Amino acid sequence: MKTFKLGGVHPEENKISANKAIEVFPLPEKVYVPVSQSLGAPSKVVVEKGAVVKTGQLLAKGESFISANVHCPVSGKVTRIDDIIDSSGYKRQAVYIDVAGDEWEESIDRSPDIIYEISADRDTIIKKINEMGVVGLGGATFPSHVKLMVPDGKKAQYLLINGVECEPYLTADHRLMLERGEEMLIGTAILKKALGVEKAFIGIERNKPDAIEHLSRLCAKFKGIEVMPLKVKYPQGGEKQLIKAVVNLEVPSGKLPIEVGCVVNNVGTAFAVYEAIQKNKPLIERVVTVTGKSVLNPANFLVRIGTPVSLLIERAGGLPEDTGKVISGGPMMGKALTSLEVPVVKGTSGILIMPGQESKRTTVLSCIRCGRCITACPMGLEPVLLAQLSESQLFEKAEKEKIMDCIECGSCHYTCPAGRPLLDYLRLGKNKTGLLIRNRGKK
Amino acid sequence: MNETIVFAVISLSAIGSISAVILYFVAQKFKVIEDPRIDIVNEKLPGANCGGCGLAGCRAFAEELVKTGDLSKLNCPVGGSETMRQIAEVLGLVAEEKDPLIAVIRCNGSRANAPVKVSYEGASSCAFAHVLTAGESGCPNGCLGLGDCVVSCQFDAIYIDDITGLPVVSNEKCIACGACVTACPRSIIELRKKGKKDRRIFVSCINTEKGGPARKNCQVACIGCGKCVKECAYDAITLQNNLAYIDHEKCKLCRKCEPVCPTGSILELNFPPRKEKAGETLKTTEPVTVE
Amino acid sequence: MSLLTISGSPHVHTQQSVKSIMYGVVIAMIPAIFVSVYFFGIDAARVMLISVLGCLFFEWVIQKYLIKGPVTINDGSALVTGILLAFNVPANLPWWILIIGALVSIGIGKMSFGGLGKNPFNPALVGRVFLLISFPVQMTSWPMPKALFAEGITDAITGPTTLGIIKEGLSAGKTIQEIMASPDFPGYLNDMMGVQGGSLGEISALALLLGALFMFTRKIITWHIPTAYIGSAVIFSGILWLIDPTQYIDPLMHLLAGGMILGVFYMATDMVSSPMTARGQIVFGVGAGLLTILIRVWGAYPEGVSFAILIMNAFTPLINSYFKPKRFGEVVKHG
Repeated sequence: MKTFKLGGVHPEENKISANKAIEVFPLPEKVYVPVSQSLGAPSKVVVEKGAVVKTGQLLAKGESFISANVHCPVSGKVTRIDDIIDSSGYKRQAVYIDVAGDEWEESIDRSPDIIYEISADRDTIIKKINEMGVVGLGGATFPSHVKLMVPDGKKAQYLLINGVECEPYLTADHRLMLERGEEMLIGTAILKKALGVEKAFIGIERNKPDAIEHLSRLCAKFKGIEVMPLKVKYPQGGEKQLIKAVVNLEVPSGKLPIEVGCVVNNVGTAFAVYEAIQKNKPLIERVVTVTGKSVLNPANFLVRIGTPVSLLIERAGGLPEDTGKVISGGPMMGKALTSLEVPVVKGTSGILIMPGQESKRTTVLSCIRCGRCITACPMGLEPVLLAQLSESQLFEKAEKEKIMDCIECGSCHYTCPAGRPLLDYLRLGKNKTGLLIRNRGKK
Repeated sequence: MNETIVFAVISLSAIGSISAVILYFVAQKFKVIEDPRIDIVNEKLPGANCGGCGLAGCRAFAEELVKTGDLSKLNCPVGGSETMRQIAEVLGLVAEEKDPLIAVIRCNGSRANAPVKVSYEGASSCAFAHVLTAGESGCPNGCLGLGDCVVSCQFDAIYIDDITGLPVVSNEKCIACGACVTACPRSIIELRKKGKKDRRIFVSCINTEKGGPARKNCQVACIGCGKCVKECAYDAITLQNNLAYIDHEKCKLCRKCEPVCPTGSILELNFPPRKEKAGETLKTTEPVTVE
Repeated sequence: MSLLTISGSPHVHTQQSVKSIMYGVVIAMIPAIFVSVYFFGIDAARVMLISVLGCLFFEWVIQKYLIKGPVTINDGSALVTGILLAFNVPANLPWWILIIGALVSIGIGKMSFGGLGKNPFNPALVGRVFLLISFPVQMTSWPMPKALFAEGITDAITGPTTLGIIKEGLSAGKTIQEIMASPDFPGYLNDMMGVQGGSLGEISALALLLGALFMFTRKIITWHIPTAYIGSAVIFSGILWLIDPTQYIDPLMHLLAGGMILGVFYMATDMVSSPMTARGQIVFGVGAGLLTILIRVWGAYPEGVSFAILIMNAFTPLINSYFKPKRFGEVVKHG
């Protein structure tokens, strides 16, 4: 069974919502659409206060190379363009919309028919993906069109579709593969065409046998797309780990996957690409898992972007009494929310509610130098050393020890028997070291 | 027996004298000629090696002083004007008289003024918490209270008050080296004039949000109303980004701005109590005591 | 509802803790504890009790009154040290020597460096070596165990360890074959089961291997150090044995006699004092294996495990900084 070699951990899977079909979430009364929802430069708002908007209309335009358009997820009236609090508690610009009816842009094909024929050529595909604001839906929200533009001198060989979903609890991608498998495969074919590659692999972990079986059957219809079952191990969904697992290539330190001829996209992204190209539909909704051990009705919702998280929780049975932590994303890499009024954004893959007791960290003891963090690190780093260096502010040394290679997967902290907040210090170290490197570049 | 002793003595003294000769020539060859004044200046310095002057330790400071022969740009905050005067004497220069400075915490978001809305768990490092979150009170500019400044202080001059959760600077111990100013990820700490009898007036807030959101998180936030700006007779107060700032060079400590502040974000330290009641102000702060 | 908690990811944590690791080691030592009580009787229990209580007491006193910090005697580390110290001494050791051993183990071996996690040397071995050098007579008069399945406990007859017999025999000019043929020599099976003179915990290879198996399944230890240690010891002693079988004992006897198994699985694998990376652990094991055989064959003492491990402990920081793990994406070479 294929998997990546270095490190990795096996957290409890807890895929509670795996057999819950995707449920279309009812339209909320109000949405808050953050202007910047992708990596890169913030986009510029193109609507004004008081404007009447339709579903699918452009709200904010990405102006630099790495930035993405944001579209109106609902129809209604723009009431304010103001700051909202994002998941970390800091302010971000957002468009406030009062929902009225559900009137869509005429250009969008809303019929349920599946369109197999890919008529668009390579350039049109990339341009359209850019226009429709498609970003990586795995969580990093990197604008998808940038990934498709292979830099000069490089050649893409393989397209990898990430259906690993190695985060515990989350099931959004799993359900998508089961219920929209065909559309997702057409999306894959479109991405293949845009990249000009012969071969695409869909990496799925063995804990989703139904998805592997379903997609393998569907793949017979598509040339050059193959399902690759993988051994269950976290963080297999990491770009570099997935490439290592599927095609056994190692992306060199500090380089992008294209260095070894690979492009990785999430299954959700492949589905969004299908909708953008075949249906002319911008990225205005996504599948979000709402789950947790104490949640009454764990569910997978198809939610419009901008819907407040509190509504999702309410529909899943309300916020449990003993809630200690609400996490946007999975338990290994997700962000703890400071407020439940934050909206769903393009990168929200799940809402995880953790009971009070479970959400508390264990007492921090002194390091017993067991080296488990080193064994667990999928990048072959020494988290214990890097954390020490960053705590004592020796960032230059940390850079030499490859702190910038850290993918922040959290395996080190997860595995530490002394409960040391290794990743906290690693993040701090990465942040400061990155600053150091950028300042050096300026000189 | 005797032979062994004699042999050992002779061979050891031979090795000793040969090494001595070699060492002598090597020492001659690699001799570094140094301005003797560097040593003298170095001796006058406090020797704390705190880096408060901006150079790597006292020796480097002494070298820089002797090399440039210019006192105007360099100052030892630890030794203060007395040390600088002595150094000037050694170098045959005249030292500028500089007012002593002190680190000032420009946040009064204590647990009472800015109640906790979420609880933070994790590395006790302000720098990390700053990256992760706006903080427990929700104020994106407020003090996180995890004590990066305390760790950075070599002189034991800052501690975190258990009740307010805010750092407190000791008047006696702080030598204004500026280590805490650099350590604070939110730039809350500023070096200001120590003032006569340690009397200081400053805006104890650096929140640049609009009035409403700022007050939502903290009762004593500066809302940028500008009343103090109008009140000041010396043009010492400026308003930028919804935030008032008192220039400590221009401020004459007249105490007129403090009573007009509607939120109580202007703090007076170590002044005698006012004689007449200063109107109906929304004073919510408890009297600030500094040791 | 209480306040929401915010913290950096990850938000889940493994069940394994320092405590569970330490108590796992204690569980792994239970078979060897039973074996020692079986062969040496109540004396063995007495030694272990004094050693454990001594270690716990000194840790508590030092943490409470000297360091004035939090008291962590229930984390199991002092318990492990206590049992290991008892495993490394003869069953008839006077109580006051044991107390001194416990004080040195905990006080000098561990707490003087700042407590658990900061000690460069294995505390139990520090105590053991201290006692061996300070009280050589008491530390090397081994009570003989009763025969397997024999009734009762043998009276206080003392005799040498297997390695002691060999060392003495060799210096008396005998060949290995003559020594092994003598009726006093325990032989392979007896060494395996524990019918040999020696310290409490080292006599039965079988019981120790049973515990080691448990530690492997619980992932408390990894294969690197034991494999490298045994491998290098076997290869080195094997070469010597092939050169001259009359002067050097065979590798199997090296493994079964003395404290090899105890040292390899329980003390060389001590997390705190061994290297952290897989590569480093292999270097550590190889070094310790070589040193053990070197000391056993040419050293003044018949046994070399404790010294070998302590010497390699001293190299651990150096190994840590020279043997880095294999970084992801480092082997790729262009052109």
